[in-house]
Amino acid sequence: METRIQREARPESMLINMGPSHPAMHGTIRVMLELDAERILNAEVEVGYLHRGFEKTCENKTYFNLLPYTDRLNYVSPLINNLGYAMTMEKMLGVGVPERAQLIRVLMSELSRVSDHLTCLAAMAMECGAFTVFLYMMKAREFLWDVIEFTTGARMTTSYIRIGGVRADLHPDWRGSLATAVRETRRVLKDVSGLLDKNSIFLGRTRGVGVISKEDALSYGWTGPCLRSTGIPYDVRKASPYLVYDRLEFEVPVGEFGDNFDRYRVRMREMEQSLRLLEQVAVLIPDKAPITGEPAIEPAEAIRVSRRQKTAARIRLSPNLEGSEKARYADLLTRDRPAAPGSAACGVVVPPKEDTYTTMEGLISHFLFFMNGHGIRPPKGDVYFSVEGGNGEVGFYIVSDGTDRPYRLHLRAPCFHVVSALEQLIKGRLLADLIPTFGSMNMIGGELDR
Amino acid sequence: MGKETLIDEIRTKLGEAVEGVLESFGDPVLTVRPGSLLSIMVALRAAPFDYAVLLDLTGVDFTAGEGRFELVYHLYSLSRNVRLRLKTSLPAADPRADSITGLWKNADWLEREVFDMFGVLFTGHPDLRRLLTYEGFEGHPLRKSYPWRLAQPRIPMKDKV
Amino acid sequence: MSGLDFLTTRLETALGWGRKYSLFHYPFITACCGMEYMSAACAHFDIDRFGAGLTRFSPRQADLLLVVGTVSHKLAPVLKTVYDQMLEPKWVIAFGACAVSGGIYQNYAVVQGIDRVIPVDVYIPGCPPRPEMVLDGLMKLQDKIQHQKQDWRWAKKP
Repeated sequence: METRIQREARPESMLINMGPSHPAMHGTIRVMLELDAERILNAEVEVGYLHRGFEKTCENKTYFNLLPYTDRLNYVSPLINNLGYAMTMEKMLGVGVPERAQLIRVLMSELSRVSDHLTCLAAMAMECGAFTVFLYMMKAREFLWDVIEFTTGARMTTSYIRIGGVRADLHPDWRGSLATAVRETRRVLKDVSGLLDKNSIFLGRTRGVGVISKEDALSYGWTGPCLRSTGIPYDVRKASPYLVYDRLEFEVPVGEFGDNFDRYRVRMREMEQSLRLLEQVAVLIPDKAPITGEPAIEPAEAIRVSRRQKTAARIRLSPNLEGSEKARYADLLTRDRPAAPGSAACGVVVPPKEDTYTTMEGLISHFLFFMNGHGIRPPKGDVYFSVEGGNGEVGFYIVSDGTDRPYRLHLRAPCFHVVSALEQLIKGRLLADLIPTFGSMNMIGGELDR
Repeated sequence: MGKETLIDEIRTKLGEAVEGVLESFGDPVLTVRPGSLLSIMVALRAAPFDYAVLLDLTGVDFTAGEGRFELVYHLYSLSRNVRLRLKTSLPAADPRADSITGLWKNADWLEREVFDMFGVLFTGHPDLRRLLTYEGFEGHPLRKSYPWRLAQPRIPMKDKV
Repeated sequence: MSGLDFLTTRLETALGWGRKYSLFHYPFITACCGMEYMSAACAHFDIDRFGAGLTRFSPRQADLLLVVGTVSHKLAPVLKTVYDQMLEPKWVIAFGACAVSGGIYQNYAVVQGIDRVIPVDVYIPGCPPRPEMVLDGLMKLQDKIQHQKQDWRWAKKP
């Protein structure tokens, strides 16, 4: 089973395999190199070691069920994948999202984006030898993940952003934990800037290394921070604004030379912009969700109340994690769909638990949402929608044939295109240049191999 | 650039080569014949369309119902900030298409992935082999005829403890 | 020969104590669980307090194989090779639901649990497991190391 590089190799050069299991390979990717002493003459990249059959699996799951699979795509910024999928489905279904949910989505997206960039730069710096930077950035990431955890219940793969909105409201002390996270991240960014920006070793390893021109970057289909490092200011949040990004103020940092150091600087400045966005969104989100009616109660209390025979009060659960899926928002849409004969019209969100457990109609609509063959059934056709992920343009292409499962679901993975340029970037360079080049590309296996 | 003017421009400039133009959930979609795919791509990449970025290339397996494979291209024009979707249908028995690696460099890996997943052959591709699955893997996973859970282990699997 | 038994028991305890508190792990990282491994290894949930902090990036120098994340069929031979390259005594921890049983992926591409390829000592479920669960799993492995029959091969005469 000879690989291309084995066939093309000169007899006097050395073949080195940087195998799928390697500390600097960010997961699993295989790079085979043909070396002349330290200089790389030829390179071959082999991917697919984390191919988990995502697209085939999605053809066998309902639209609601496949949401956890989208978390595991770009697993350092999972909420952005959720968002991309949810917005693609909302485009297909024609569903609107309440204002508060949109703001919460922006909040979660930016938290994910900062943790993505933190992880990328931490790994890149560690592989260049700066272990302290890794520890500092992981510390900052813990604070961000705290905010995500208190709201969604999970640190990483949350399945929080759903079709039609978000799973639950923000937790009661979200302002405090968000402020702590932003403050600590700013402190870490300042420290890391001080450690790396003018560090001659880091500059020697990244300045002028892994250079790509604008034309090449576009030809390879690069998007995101890697493209912006070459000088092209393409950002999906500015080019085709979604959610509330057109109302928020932020800049799109660009680099100049398209080398590793520019990719590092673009990511650092993007993190500062994301922190700015977080502060703006925190001001915009009102303290209380627009609640009408009786005060909200916890589930245990709700159970006690419902057991009292003579109660006439309408039970309403609190909108945080413990409580209801149904937003207390006046404009949540339940879609008017051509319902099957005999079925009640069901929407795109899980019906509220307090209705499911207390009324007959609620129970019916709950079953109609989850039963095979029922539930979310978009009209026939295909749709493509993209959001700005940590690596670039994350796009979902969904083909629907009218049933409750997608006929085809495809992810446009940004790092797929970035990594396809790796062979060109390292040819002719030294072996040690491969490490920061590859690190600055932020290859995420779940996204690359799907 | 409004969608109507974009579609009109495409229709007038490319004319006969384009088979159909439709709109899907607000996105403009062109359908072309496989024979004229390469020439249309060359025209779209050049001015005035200026689609500098090939965002995505994927396939859809419609062999069961309609007896065809569909290739779906997504293009993006940076200077005009418009997207376009292009579709072409290939016969199920012998799916072949022209390779566009000469126009966009990421088509190399994208076409390898479509070959791996669907078995579509791209004439003119420098090195068409499997990308995500491994050598020795038989079949093309994303075809509807490939069973979802049919694993082909490379080394023998022990029984579960 | 009760005197000799007393000595061998003490020696076994000492060997177990030494082996469990100086684990050099090889992180075979593939997927999302790698993020929680990074969290567990870093300052907040320090794995170094348990003596397992030093990462050896060569299987020849490691005694704990930490399989983190999904193992696909394409990767399975690599996992077997890495395991075979490790020297005795060696232990394996299956970290994350995908390594334990294939996780949420039951399809053509994923090995349904790495115990179909190599023997596993401790399974840490979770998708991904919290760093505290990782530390709990590590402590269970340390218990196991302490109480297992220690390897006397260097003391046996051929």
